[in-house]
Amino acid sequence: MNIQQLRQLHPYLWTLPKTAIEKRAEVLLYGNQLLLESMDDKVLEQIANVAALPGLAGAAMTMPDAHWGYGFPIGGVAAFDAEQGGIVSAGGVGFDISCGIRFLRSNLNLHDAVPLLNRLADRLFAAIPAGVGEEGHIRLNPDQLDRVLLGGAQWAVKQGYGNAEDLGYIEENGCVNGAIPEYVSDLAKKRQHGEMGTLGSGNHYLEVQLVERIYDQAAAQAFGLHEGQLVISIHCGSRGLGHQIGTDYLVMLAKAASRLGIRLPDRELACAPIKSPEGRQYLGAMNAAINCALANRQILTHLTRETFAEIFPQAALETLFDISHNTCKLESHQIDGKTRNLYVHRKGATRAFAPGHAKLPLRYRDAGQPVIIGGSMGTGSYVLAGSITNRAFASCSHGAGRAMSRNQALKRWDGRRLIQELLQQGILIRTRSMRGAAEEAPGAYKDVDQVAAITEQAGLARRVAFLRPKVCIKG
Amino acid sequence: MSTSYFEHDADIGIIGRGLTIEQSFEAAAHAAFAIMTDLEAVHPVDAVIIDFDEPDVELALVVWLNQIFGKAREFGMVFSHFYIRRDGDHWHGKILGEKWREGLERGVEVKGATLTMLSVKQIGPIWESRCVVDV
Repeated sequence: MNIQQLRQLHPYLWTLPKTAIEKRAEVLLYGNQLLLESMDDKVLEQIANVAALPGLAGAAMTMPDAHWGYGFPIGGVAAFDAEQGGIVSAGGVGFDISCGIRFLRSNLNLHDAVPLLNRLADRLFAAIPAGVGEEGHIRLNPDQLDRVLLGGAQWAVKQGYGNAEDLGYIEENGCVNGAIPEYVSDLAKKRQHGEMGTLGSGNHYLEVQLVERIYDQAAAQAFGLHEGQLVISIHCGSRGLGHQIGTDYLVMLAKAASRLGIRLPDRELACAPIKSPEGRQYLGAMNAAINCALANRQILTHLTRETFAEIFPQAALETLFDISHNTCKLESHQIDGKTRNLYVHRKGATRAFAPGHAKLPLRYRDAGQPVIIGGSMGTGSYVLAGSITNRAFASCSHGAGRAMSRNQALKRWDGRRLIQELLQQGILIRTRSMRGAAEEAPGAYKDVDQVAAITEQAGLARRVAFLRPKVCIKG
Repeated sequence: MSTSYFEHDADIGIIGRGLTIEQSFEAAAHAAFAIMTDLEAVHPVDAVIIDFDEPDVELALVVWLNQIFGKAREFGMVFSHFYIRRDGDHWHGKILGEKWREGLERGVEVKGATLTMLSVKQIGPIWESRCVVDV
């Protein structure tokens, strides 16, 4: 990105000045010069387009890990007020609706587990359906699937996947209100037929990680983390169902825009007024997809626990937190001293409630919401906590962000060789796709240390711990 | 017919070219499924029919590809041969492939076609269809 066109407001906050003829709200970009310069110019174009959408409250923002997305940039945050003609955008949520991370803490330490890590990797790879062409073991009839879409992780717990204690540590207690399965197409439902309890492909993963460094002892204690401990991250979303909902509504809303009086600078920004029938339909379907993702991660949590129990009979895996990245949620936020109910779009961004927020579990009320910034399979990830200094509708970064395209990565790395190199570093990779491994090479991602540090310095969230990958199951 | 790819930060841009719009659609489908496996190894033993109505030719490309991805997941199949014909606003397609089996190379799952960098246009005698697919 050419940052000459930006104006720096603070060391880690920039804005795009408006020209005399531009009719849009403010654009704010979080990051330092290095991260902003590494972004494609499309990020700026896309967030400026978002700032021109009707009913935007405050500014349209990008997080430090932003990159070129679909209509909205990935790492984009925008809040809309239904009472001011605000819109809901399928492009602003993304295709993999409620893609997110289930984060589990274990009572195991690395030194106890090292002799059995190879076996653990093999068993996890056998137990977790991952990658193109792989199906789950759960088959649901249409009525059962509708119950998943209404019940989310709560449905999964009722079926015996995981336990009730998990639910308190999932956003919205594992089930969002407002899901309307009738607004989900038959094709979307059919796509989910073999996909409940599957990890997926691309950048999705299940990792066993070592807590290598603690930054914030008090928050770490609240989260139940200590150095040397093993934790697990499960990164996946609403699978085929969510993607089909995104596709169905993108096309439908793109066609409806002119009839609804909305001028779209980019068709992928397809949206409808929140109060319109089209807007309500999309919200009903999107909430159904969120519940699908929450149920999926709950099932995968159960499969992970079963596998750990085979290898480590004494293992206890507790849900530390479950976060979603691609959502639109109705939340209360302060703007200019007034509390407003806003539909907050987070596209490739994480909710990060500050300490004291009423929606946080009591255990984390003083520390702030746990947040994970997922890195590559060769570098590491960060646990952070929500901060009272956050001015981005309680949002922060969600990952390292890609530094190069998949095509470029494929030309530069060989999957088999890369897996051997990571093995030399003590990281066990299990995948059926050598192409996928090459595309996900650590060098294809931005520096996660930089993203996490800037996220903290920008006041979006506080670093709590650094996690080093030990076992990675890739699709 | 020919296929190629273009760059996108997070995902993959696909291009299909042919002497007609329909051929370019068929080539685009080929480009997308080649991300998932080696199509030479796929046996075109089972056929699936695809029908839809779409007056906008660019949106028709997106619908065509997403219908195929949907059928692939619905039936647990991978497709290697693609045929489509247009009759006004109606599109009729036939795709052939087989169920996923051991021995088929596993690439990366393509979850859907997007409107990003979407275009269907004629360049000289050649029709070119392109969009970014989400992986």
